[in-house]
Amino acid sequence: MSSPNFSATCPLPISQYPHVLMAHGGGGRLMHRLLEDVFGKAFSNPLLDTRHDSAQFNVPLGRLAMTTDSYVVRPIFFPGGDIGSMAVHGTVNDLAMSGARPLYLSSAFIIEEGLPMETLWRVVCSMRDAAKKCGVQIITGDTKVVDKGKGDGLFINTTGLGVLAHSLNIAPQNVQPGDAVIVSGDLGRHGMAIMAVREGLEFESQIESDSAAVHEPVLELIKAGVEIHCLRDLTRGGLASALNEIAEAAGVKIAIEQNAVPVRADVSAACEILGLDVLHVANEGRFVAFVPAQEVESALAILRRHEVSENAVVIGRLVEKAAPLVTVKSTLGVSRILDMPSGEQLPRIC
Amino acid sequence: MKFLDEYRDAELAQKFAQEIHRITTKPWKIMEVCGGQTHAIVKYGIDELLPKQIELIHGPGCPVCVTPLEVIDQALEIAARPGVIFTSFGDMLRVPGSTTDLLSVKAQGGDVRIIYSPLDAVKIAEQNPAKEVVFFGVGFETTAPATAMAIYQAAQKGLKNFSMLISHVLVPPAIEALMSSPNCQVQAFLAAGHVCAVMGYEEYFPLAKKYRVPIVVTGFEPLDVLHGILLTVQQLESGRAEVENQYVRAVSRAGNQSAQDLVKKVFQVVPRKWRGIGEIPQSGLGLNEAYSAFDAAKKFKLTDRCVDEPAECVAGLILQGLKKPHECPVFGTRCTPEHPFGATMVSSEGACAAYYRYRRQGAKEMVVAS
Repeated sequence: MSSPNFSATCPLPISQYPHVLMAHGGGGRLMHRLLEDVFGKAFSNPLLDTRHDSAQFNVPLGRLAMTTDSYVVRPIFFPGGDIGSMAVHGTVNDLAMSGARPLYLSSAFIIEEGLPMETLWRVVCSMRDAAKKCGVQIITGDTKVVDKGKGDGLFINTTGLGVLAHSLNIAPQNVQPGDAVIVSGDLGRHGMAIMAVREGLEFESQIESDSAAVHEPVLELIKAGVEIHCLRDLTRGGLASALNEIAEAAGVKIAIEQNAVPVRADVSAACEILGLDVLHVANEGRFVAFVPAQEVESALAILRRHEVSENAVVIGRLVEKAAPLVTVKSTLGVSRILDMPSGEQLPRIC
Repeated sequence: MKFLDEYRDAELAQKFAQEIHRITTKPWKIMEVCGGQTHAIVKYGIDELLPKQIELIHGPGCPVCVTPLEVIDQALEIAARPGVIFTSFGDMLRVPGSTTDLLSVKAQGGDVRIIYSPLDAVKIAEQNPAKEVVFFGVGFETTAPATAMAIYQAAQKGLKNFSMLISHVLVPPAIEALMSSPNCQVQAFLAAGHVCAVMGYEEYFPLAKKYRVPIVVTGFEPLDVLHGILLTVQQLESGRAEVENQYVRAVSRAGNQSAQDLVKKVFQVVPRKWRGIGEIPQSGLGLNEAYSAFDAAKKFKLTDRCVDEPAECVAGLILQGLKKPHECPVFGTRCTPEHPFGATMVSSEGACAAYYRYRRQGAKEMVVAS
């Protein structure tokens, strides 16, 4: 039943029901058709095709990495991505942050009654394409339909499993004084893309999300023997939250320079207009790496070979073991504390 | 970024700073009125470039901070009602009233929405004729024209389901109140550039003359602020007390006439209570008689109330420049942006929040010590 070459524009396999009904989650014939014709068709692979309650597979010797994440982004489709591709990228990236090669994903869908079947199909096709590109298989899943008004269209949870083929200890506790802090690309695009769509803000150029999988450059760093001390993907809370979490976990002082942080002009302008600090804005395809100073050049050379991290750059360093603190040197050369955002980013009045 | 990076140039900033160092011979206390300037000063570390003799006092120009507790409580009461869509600028949502905040009201089912322009609230009212749509109209002269335009449009469209809870405030009466206080230590003002972009700066001449204070209309980028400080110190050192305009690229002496006309059409000047300071005569804008049908306080028959501030909060003294945030005993310990005691800790433009975000070291040591 697999059709290897259908694209995101391929026809919707369930035509008689233009919207998802409660019955599609009811365990009967309609649900069976949804699972077969939508999920089964899109995600087809030998492990999923067994249609067993649980997928069974052999694992290579060594350590495994496992992670889970839920995706509730609104709108479902946004410039540069959608909830489906994000649900693959986000979980693949979480695995990559421990240096794992991602192998398998689960996917659980919580669908609000009335969601257009077309929308679901587009999301599923996007997940399929993203998984294929990342070299991972979706091998098990679940579908629930909730009453109209009890969900926000569509929520997706993915759990990821990966293998660790290295002996590094990639963890916040492993960062060392003198480590360089590398960021893998420009910041803030995902958060500003979502905010522009959600709030109907129109800028001259459309800002596209940076949603992407970052495991390939990470795996190449490991393969090349770069001594990575810590990796952290930059999601909600942006760079500021990631660095503060590491500073807290390791008991260290981290210092970065505002001028070194890559930010695209349109993102920077949008942040100015809304009064947001780009260091607090969300990303979905960016990470920071802590590596010893002598490894910086080789690390940057490898990262820059990959499109997703072609703008990788050193933005600061780990100063010392100390009370947890992150500082940023302003464009005027004066240092200040870089704090975590205290909650949701709220645009200022004036 | 074009038109911004030019005003953040480190070399030029150093030159301004060196010139300020060169001419400063005595201690001076300068108040930046606007919260946006406070934010820039702390974020860029501008005060650290200045000579020790120059003390910047953070003024009351943060609209979120000076909105009185009573009005926040009124907003909370309206927002919690069924059938109401309550719209507000983002940073009002976290401001604590006496019991809760708008974010919590939203979590409990209130329809509270962040908007970027009051005109969006008018659109929401048009799209939801069965709901009462209320906009929380706060801010200085800067935001007043947009609020006025929303009221004007709603009236033109004959909208019956739109109203505003208004707590607009005016800068010159606040400067007057500060200067006439016997405790006042302020020797010069950086006036708020964007307020003056709307209003011009005619109103400041009598103030400069009466209180013999230099008033320099100043922008918000680091070089603007440093330039404004330089002009102020030049005046102070030479014994002048004049009104000067640093922010010439945005501000003209007469201001934006159409914006002022619109404000006059819709609003009248009223007495207004400022959080932490108290009532200042003729310091606010309220809807005039012709537009009173859009007054949410009247529409929802809200009663006047009086609420006490938490006793430990020194926001009032901070807003008057009599204390610095880190001189407060609860700053950074029990009072944080997550659990703010007073509004100066809530808004990112509030002096306490700015200090907490950017230079908490003192507070951290206190945490460790306790």
